[in-house]
Amino acid sequence: MTYEELLTKIALEDERFVVMTAENRALVRNIPQVLGNRFVDTGITEQTMIGAAAGLALRGRIPVTHALASFLSMRAFEFVRTDAGIPNLPVKLSSFIPGFLSDGNGPTHQAVEDVSLMRGIPNMTVFAPADEEDLVTMLPQIWNSPNPAYVRINTRKTDYKHSANFEIGKAEVVSKGSDVTILVYGMLFEQALIAVGILKNQGLSVGLVNMRSLKPVDEQAILEVAATSKLVVTLEDHFLTGGLYSIVAETLLKNRTTANVLPFALNERWFKPGRLNELMEYEGFTGKQIAEKILGYTTNAVQPEIVLPEFAE
Amino acid sequence: MTDLKKQELEELAFRVRQHIVKMSTDGGCFVGASLSAADLVVYLYSEFLNISKDNLQDPDRDYLFLSKGHDVPALYGTFVELGLMEESRLKNHLSTSDNIYWHPNTKVPGIEFHSGSLGHLPSVAIGVALDIKMKGGSNKVICILGDGELNEGTCWEAALVANAHKLDNLIFVVDRNQFQANMPTEELIPLEPLHDKFSAFGAAVKRIDGHSFEALEEAFTAYPFQEGRLNVVIADTVRGKGLPSIEARADRWFCNFTQTEVEALLEELKGEKLATIESETLVVR
Repeated sequence: MTYEELLTKIALEDERFVVMTAENRALVRNIPQVLGNRFVDTGITEQTMIGAAAGLALRGRIPVTHALASFLSMRAFEFVRTDAGIPNLPVKLSSFIPGFLSDGNGPTHQAVEDVSLMRGIPNMTVFAPADEEDLVTMLPQIWNSPNPAYVRINTRKTDYKHSANFEIGKAEVVSKGSDVTILVYGMLFEQALIAVGILKNQGLSVGLVNMRSLKPVDEQAILEVAATSKLVVTLEDHFLTGGLYSIVAETLLKNRTTANVLPFALNERWFKPGRLNELMEYEGFTGKQIAEKILGYTTNAVQPEIVLPEFAE
Repeated sequence: MTDLKKQELEELAFRVRQHIVKMSTDGGCFVGASLSAADLVVYLYSEFLNISKDNLQDPDRDYLFLSKGHDVPALYGTFVELGLMEESRLKNHLSTSDNIYWHPNTKVPGIEFHSGSLGHLPSVAIGVALDIKMKGGSNKVICILGDGELNEGTCWEAALVANAHKLDNLIFVVDRNQFQANMPTEELIPLEPLHDKFSAFGAAVKRIDGHSFEALEEAFTAYPFQEGRLNVVIADTVRGKGLPSIEARADRWFCNFTQTEVEALLEELKGEKLATIESETLVVR
C-alpha cells in the first residue's frame, strides 16, 4: 500500500479527516477528486495552512497537512508551536523530502534540524519511518493519536520486512549485537542494513535498531543497547545538534549512565547537494563508508572518545 | 437603531471601559488598544453574534477570534457585563492563582483560541470557517485584527486564502486606531489606502466609525457583504477612546497607572476633569 492509498482509505472511512497541502501535491495527486471539499489546498502558505489546520481541529477535524519538510518545520514553525502545540490539537504534519531526500535542492530545502525543532515543542510527537512499508505501518496510529504529530515522510522501498507491530514510543529492534549496535531512523535505515551486513562478515556481533518514534522515544531500547553493546552508533541525516545523538545523550544522562557512542550526523553544516547516491557518498553516509568508519574506530576506550565523521570542504 | 438601544449599548460600553481602566494598574495592561476596541466588542457580542454563556459548546454558535490579543481587557469586561465571566476574576489580573493575563487564553470560557502572537488568528478563523462551509452551517466567524498587526504578512496571506476559498462567512474587523505599539502607523509602515488594499485582495470592504453603534449596525446588518467574498470591516477608532488625557497618544499604549491615577481616570471617564498622569510609559515591545 502506498502513502496515498492509505490516506485515501482512512479519509474515506473517517469524515474527521481533512487533507491539506501548501501546494505540495506530490503525495496526494489523486485525493482532490476523491475527497472533494475535504481536500484543501491553501497555496504556497505554510503558515496559513497550519493556522487553518488548527481551526479545523478546533471543530473536531483531523487535518493531515503536506509541505516540504524545510518549510513545514521552519517557515511555519511558530504556527506549529503556537497554534497546534500550545492547545495540543491533533494537527498531523506530513513532511516531504526531509534530510538527504531533498537531494539536489540545496540548503534552502534541507530539513536537517527538523527533528530538533519539532521535538522541542511540548505535546508534539515525532516519527521517522525507515521506508514506505514502515511508513504505512506507523501512520494509522499516528493519525489517530490525540496529539500533533510530525512525520518525516519516506516513501522509498527496501527489501526489509518490518514488524507490523508498531507502537508510539517503541523502536523496532532488528537485531541485537554485543560488539556494535547501530541506532538509525529514516531513509538511512537502508544504508545501515548494508553496513550491518559488512560488519557481520567481519565476524562482529552487530545490532540494528530502527528508532521509528523519536518522541516519545524508546528509552528502554537505548539503555539496553548502551548496556549490552561495546559501541553504539547513531546514524541520521540531521544536524548533530538536537537529533538522535542528542536524544541518546539525554537518555543516558537522565539514567546516570554512559556509553561509547560514535555519531554519524552533519556537524554544524549543510550537506553537499546532488544526486542522492552521490551526495551520500560525498558525505560518507553509504553503508560501506559507515562500516569502514566503524571498523576503524577503537571500541576499547575507557572514556568515550567523541569522534565526528570527517567531511570534505 | 432605537435611541433606547443606543443608550443601552453606550451604558454597557461605559461599564466595559470602567473594567479596562481598573485593570490598568498593579502590573498594568494595554489600555489604549483595549479602549479603542471596546465599542466594537460590545456591539458584536450584544447585537451581532450568537454567543452566550449557554451555547459556548454548541457547534452552531458564532465564533469571535481576538487576533490582536492585547486588547483582551475589552473582551473580559464585555464577558463580565454579559454574564459569561464572574466579575471577581478581573481582580485576579496577573495573579498566578488564575489565568487572567495580558493575552487571551482558553482557560476563560468564551475565549475560542489563545492569541498574542500577531497574524495567527486570521488563519485559525479560516479553518473554522472552512469547516462550517463543509458542514453547510450558517454560523458567522469574526476575527478582530489590529491595524499594526497588518504589518504581519500572514494577515494578507489569510486574506488571499479566504477569498480563494470563498469564505463569505468570515469577517475580518480591523480596529483602525492609527497606532501600532510605539508609533502612528502612517509614520512607520503606512497602511492607507487600506480599503483599496483589502479590495484588491478580493474582499468586500466597509469602512465605518468604530465608535458609532448606528454605523456598526448598518455595516453588520449588511452581512454577508458579497457572496463568495471575505468580509472586511475597517472600524476607524481612537486609541484610548473615552479618556481624553490619553487619547490618540503614541506613548499611551501599555500603561501601568497608580491607584490614584486609576481613580482620577475613572472620574475622567464620567466626563469629570482630566486626570493628571505621572506614571511613565512602559515600552514592552
